[in-house]
Amino acid sequence: MTPVLEVTDLNVSFGDVLAVRGVGYSVRQGEVLGIVGESGSGKSVTSAAVMGLLPPGAKVTGSVRLHGRELIGARQRELTAFRGKTMSMVFQDPLSALTPVYRVGDQIAEAVRIHQKVTKEQAAVKAVELLDLVGIPNPAERALAFPHEFSGGMRQRAVIAMAIANDPDVIICDEPTTALDVTIQAQVLEVLKKAQRETGAAIVMITHDLGVVAGFADRVLVMYAGRPVEVGDVDDIYYGPRMPYTVGLLSSIPRVDRDGRQPLVPIEGAPPSPAALPPGCPFAPRCPMRVDACDAAEPPLFDVGPAHRAACIRWEEVRPRAAARHAVPVHLGELRPRQDRQVVLEVDGLVKQYPLLRGSVFKRRVGTVHAVAGVSFDVREGETLGLVGESGCGKTTTLMEILELTEPQEGRIVVLGHDTARLGGTDRMAIRRDMQVVFQDPLASLDPRMTVYDILAEPLRAHGRGNPGMRVAELLDLVGLDASHAARYPQEFSGGQRQRIGIARALALEPRLLALDEPVSALDVSIQAGVINLLDALKTELGLSYLFVAHDLAVVRYIADRVAVMYLGRIAEIGQVDAVYGAPAHPYTQALLSAIPLPDPVRERSRRRILLEGDLPSPADPPSGCRFRTRCPKFRAALTDDERALCVTVEPSVRLLDRDQGAACHYAEKLKVT
Amino acid sequence: MTLLTAHRAPSRLRVVAWRFFQSAQGRIGFAVLVLLFLLAFAGPGFSLWSYTDKDFTAFLSPPSAEHWFGTLQTGADVYAVTLRGMRKSLIVGLLAALVSTALAAVVGAFAGYFPGWPDRVLTWGTDLLLVLPAFLVLAVMSPLFGAGQWVLFVIMLALFLWMVTSKIVRGMTISLKQREFIQAARFMGVSPVRIIFRHIIPNLSSLLIVDATLNVSAAILTETSLSYFGFGIQPPDVSFGTLIADGSRTAIYAPWTFWFVAGLLVITVLAVNLIGDALRDAFDPASQRPR
Amino acid sequence: MAGFLARRLLNYLVLVAVAASLAYMLAASALDPRSNYADRTPKPPPAVVDAQLTELNLNDRTPLLQRYATWAGGVVQGDFGRTVTGSPVNEDLKRRMGVTFRLVLLGLICGSLLGVVVGAAAAVKQYGWFDRLSTGLSFLVLAMPVVVLANVLILLGTLANERLGHRLFLVSGEYSDGLDTGFWGSVGDRLRHLILPTISLSLGLIAIFSRYQRNTMLDVLGADFVRTAMAKGLSRSQALIHHALRTALIPVATYFAFTFGALLTGATFTEKIFGWHGLGEQLINSIFTNDVNTVAAIACIAAIAVLCASLAADLLHAALDPRVRAG
Ligand SMILES: Nc1ncnc2c1ncn2[C@@H]1O[C@H](COP(=O)(O)OP(=O)(O)OP(=O)(O)O)[C@@H](O)[C@H]1O
Ligand code: SF4
Ligand code: SF4
Ligand SMILES: [Mg+2]
Repeated sequence: MTPVLEVTDLNVSFGDVLAVRGVGYSVRQGEVLGIVGESGSGKSVTSAAVMGLLPPGAKVTGSVRLHGRELIGARQRELTAFRGKTMSMVFQDPLSALTPVYRVGDQIAEAVRIHQKVTKEQAAVKAVELLDLVGIPNPAERALAFPHEFSGGMRQRAVIAMAIANDPDVIICDEPTTALDVTIQAQVLEVLKKAQRETGAAIVMITHDLGVVAGFADRVLVMYAGRPVEVGDVDDIYYGPRMPYTVGLLSSIPRVDRDGRQPLVPIEGAPPSPAALPPGCPFAPRCPMRVDACDAAEPPLFDVGPAHRAACIRWEEVRPRAAARHAVPVHLGELRPRQDRQVVLEVDGLVKQYPLLRGSVFKRRVGTVHAVAGVSFDVREGETLGLVGESGCGKTTTLMEILELTEPQEGRIVVLGHDTARLGGTDRMAIRRDMQVVFQDPLASLDPRMTVYDILAEPLRAHGRGNPGMRVAELLDLVGLDASHAARYPQEFSGGQRQRIGIARALALEPRLLALDEPVSALDVSIQAGVINLLDALKTELGLSYLFVAHDLAVVRYIADRVAVMYLGRIAEIGQVDAVYGAPAHPYTQALLSAIPLPDPVRERSRRRILLEGDLPSPADPPSGCRFRTRCPKFRAALTDDERALCVTVEPSVRLLDRDQGAACHYAEKLKVT
Repeated sequence: MTLLTAHRAPSRLRVVAWRFFQSAQGRIGFAVLVLLFLLAFAGPGFSLWSYTDKDFTAFLSPPSAEHWFGTLQTGADVYAVTLRGMRKSLIVGLLAALVSTALAAVVGAFAGYFPGWPDRVLTWGTDLLLVLPAFLVLAVMSPLFGAGQWVLFVIMLALFLWMVTSKIVRGMTISLKQREFIQAARFMGVSPVRIIFRHIIPNLSSLLIVDATLNVSAAILTETSLSYFGFGIQPPDVSFGTLIADGSRTAIYAPWTFWFVAGLLVITVLAVNLIGDALRDAFDPASQRPR
Repeated sequence: MAGFLARRLLNYLVLVAVAASLAYMLAASALDPRSNYADRTPKPPPAVVDAQLTELNLNDRTPLLQRYATWAGGVVQGDFGRTVTGSPVNEDLKRRMGVTFRLVLLGLICGSLLGVVVGAAAAVKQYGWFDRLSTGLSFLVLAMPVVVLANVLILLGTLANERLGHRLFLVSGEYSDGLDTGFWGSVGDRLRHLILPTISLSLGLIAIFSRYQRNTMLDVLGADFVRTAMAKGLSRSQALIHHALRTALIPVATYFAFTFGALLTGATFTEKIFGWHGLGEQLINSIFTNDVNTVAAIACIAAIAVLCASLAADLLHAALDPRVRAG
């Protein structure tokens, strides 16, 4: 079968920086190619180059053939005829991918009308069909909605609907699920699989998550420093990698199915900047197997097996899970028993409500958003509490309420022994020094107009530490950045590097309690592992306590001692990490855990998921009784009508099931899911 | 590890200045403005005539070696009075813009940052000034700007220039306040006033700078219009406005009385606007301008 | 909703009242109607002057607050008092309002529409010839005060008329007196009077709006949704026009209200220089004639106009942005 899309020797440069070097791949009809690589490895640039959507400053050479037709150098008119018809694209950020001022249905209909000679009405009907296909409930009604009325998952579905509107032969998905929650990710991946079945299209699936492609892709291409370094069938790549980088990636992934606390094996260092590549193998500075010959020339792709190629001169010696040569942080055994340790943070019955306003010209209050509806937990010295849940479940609000250091609307917050309701200015300032925060969005949390130096020096200056120069260099070193980076602006860093700056800033004052809001969700696995290890090491070294907010349960399993799972403003399940992950008792926790993709193709293909239906209900109008009942698989399938009545009428509160595991479900039952 | 480089705090000012002078616009605007200043302050020294002299042998005479820009109906040397007028207009414009932009930034940022009564009070005051017709108030007050009272004039001018910017600043402050880097600073213990001056105002710098330049033009232009109708700079002081008013009456048959002043006025404002534009690009780390 | 609207209107009412009062106080204390009588020949006796001034509520010997109270009492009943010559202010201004309204509306429509179009066209090909040209021209226009622009237009118009050998551009008044050319003739005459003042008023607006539109458009140019639109198969310029232009209009709409005050001032100068008998011309005249009541009345009208514009901008904003409209 001839390939639908064939890319050979693609090079992209911005000015004199080569962002993509010699990328080549081909996909056949119905095939799924996964492109995996770290941030800045050139995945997005490659796909933009294939689509011809690069910014004007970029220079592209090489060949992109779609059904044998050369696209590089083709005229704009020809390209626009292909785009959206033969070849379409799904972007990473569904929040900004739709034009805010047009109705979703109209935007999908537009995609139809560009390439098909149909009337407005026919296109509108088609748009509704497409929305139905991608699983939007009440499609006819929802087609009239504006993008801001859609949740992230729904917007991504709409974008997918747009991409499959004209029955394309190739769909390029650039991290289509990265911005989504796991349960939604599972739904969207199902939608993509369905779309592929419907259209028979080839899919190029770009991702940094080795789990996402494991169960989905047929072939995998691993990119590093703008170049493919290994390509092969999915099983070969996962079970018999021949490139130390792939091996490193696989062993740095936190896995939700691994018992016990095994330290992750990060890849040392950071990817090279495309402007300053090392002379030989670009991976050499980070490679545990490097020999002098590696620096001689950039290794070509060697044939290492049937349809399996790797760019390493020592490929014959490479084995999966190469022994860790890296320093692994020593875990200082168990601390004193939990009840003997000091409570550094106590939250009791916390409630936070926002007025729900409508309209900005004629603003008026139309309801109340119950963002946090009675949450209680505590964090003791030297421990990490992971607060997990889907976006919108109130975990960030909880964190913010704590950080505000003011009296909550209801309930009580005690930070480092001080009740926030009775806090003077000096005490508050002292707590601000001892409690620091790391934010989710690495770019938004750094002032774009300050150099890294100023950003890192700010907390030092605010608390009167003079001459921050030395400390700034130390901090940059601590988080794996070069001290010379201090002169640059945040925009000039990759997503991962930006977050390191954010972490460095939080560590500047050597705090006691660190509140981390999704601190590693934007990082690549290899770096993530390093940061998790770093945070872990810092915790033991400095006696820190963490409140670790995340949506990634796998990460939480590695970093946290205890975990609290939130749903719609309340805690669904809380307890000791191994207990909760080993045998979750709340149906929501069970669904969450089963939605997490594993970087293990065989298990992924055979696994049965508990798929949740629909989206999170609006926190302005939570369901009566148990908040989870609208999506609860147990409520839907396993309970009798009498049992259901209890779920509908009585809101369950956290009930202790074990020594340190509690669940807010009337019918909680431990179940092994991973 | 290159510790040395990290010790030297890289100053934002230097980066911005470097980028500013990289652009042709910035270089031209800056050079022209410097030249204009030199002309306004040192230029009169090169001429034999001072702005108070009258040449009773030449009324309304065209440009010549004697009178470079010609003379007015009164026999005054156009070159001398134009430079004199330019000096006043430059000072008035720059000062008024500076005052008004600073006012706009501070009032807007405080109103946006502190919701509740500070916001309500500041916004109401802004609205009131916005509703009062500025031209009318300035015109009515013109008798107060008699000889030597131009500083009062500058302040009144500035008082009517800042409101729009301030409203925009307020709106942007409200949205900036939700941004994580502001939250981060807040939770770090940085004081609100410091946040306003370190984060909010610098992040609005491109807006403020563009607006400051627009305000320089606005101030010079308003001054010109007011003086044109006799409501601004009062005799014996001269400014662009008073000169243009005189010149426009004789423009048809003695073009030099109008075009030199009008031309210099346009060049002045143009130079200021060029500088503003180049500064915006220099401040904005995301802008990539072909050089 | 209704309560909100009422609160807002009340706030507007207060603003107008305070603004008009301030304007009255300022005018009453700074202007000196008595000096109007100083250079009359023969000089009227002081008692007569006093009586006349008192009659018109302009006597500076009456305490300011008392005069204000009298004035305010009239205004509440819709009577702005009388001019220095004794005729009612209301009637005079009613006539003039139409003239000014026509000029301002036309200038506003031309200015904002053309400005948006020019700005959008410039942004589509950033650094192309049109962008450079329009940028250069708008810089030039922005560097020109209305008084200079109007005078330059008059000079150019006169020059053009000479060249053409017939008077295409009429530079004084709204229409020619005693013209007898039938309906179409008089429409043509009015149009020829309208051209230059409209240009003088809208050029500045075009320059401002095109700059704003260009910049907001460049901001959304790199936005993801523009890329999505292109991935759908729209060409770059189609994506920009259908998606970027529309989205970039939203912030520009808010500038609409802000430019309105400047527009009124511009109209004042334009009227005065082109000899239109509108409010602006009367404003300048009334300051010269120390006509306190007219000044205060015009201030009041201007305040109301500015607030109406701001309300209109809000409605426009809501109409353009579904995120704001959401109800
Ligand atoms: N417009 C541009 N101008 C200059 N350099 C660019 C531009 N776009 C991307 N680059 C550079 O090209 C390289 C590859 O970037 P690309 O966005 O393809 O990475 P990626 O693998 O998609 O990363 P991520 O996982 O973060 O999305 C990076 O070094 C980046 O800085
Ligand atoms: S070529 Fe050398 S440095 Fe590169 S991956 Fe192979 S062993 Fe490592
Ligand atoms: S209480 Fe009922 S609805 Fe809620 S989680 Fe348990 S079984 Fe499901
Ligand atoms: Mg990418």
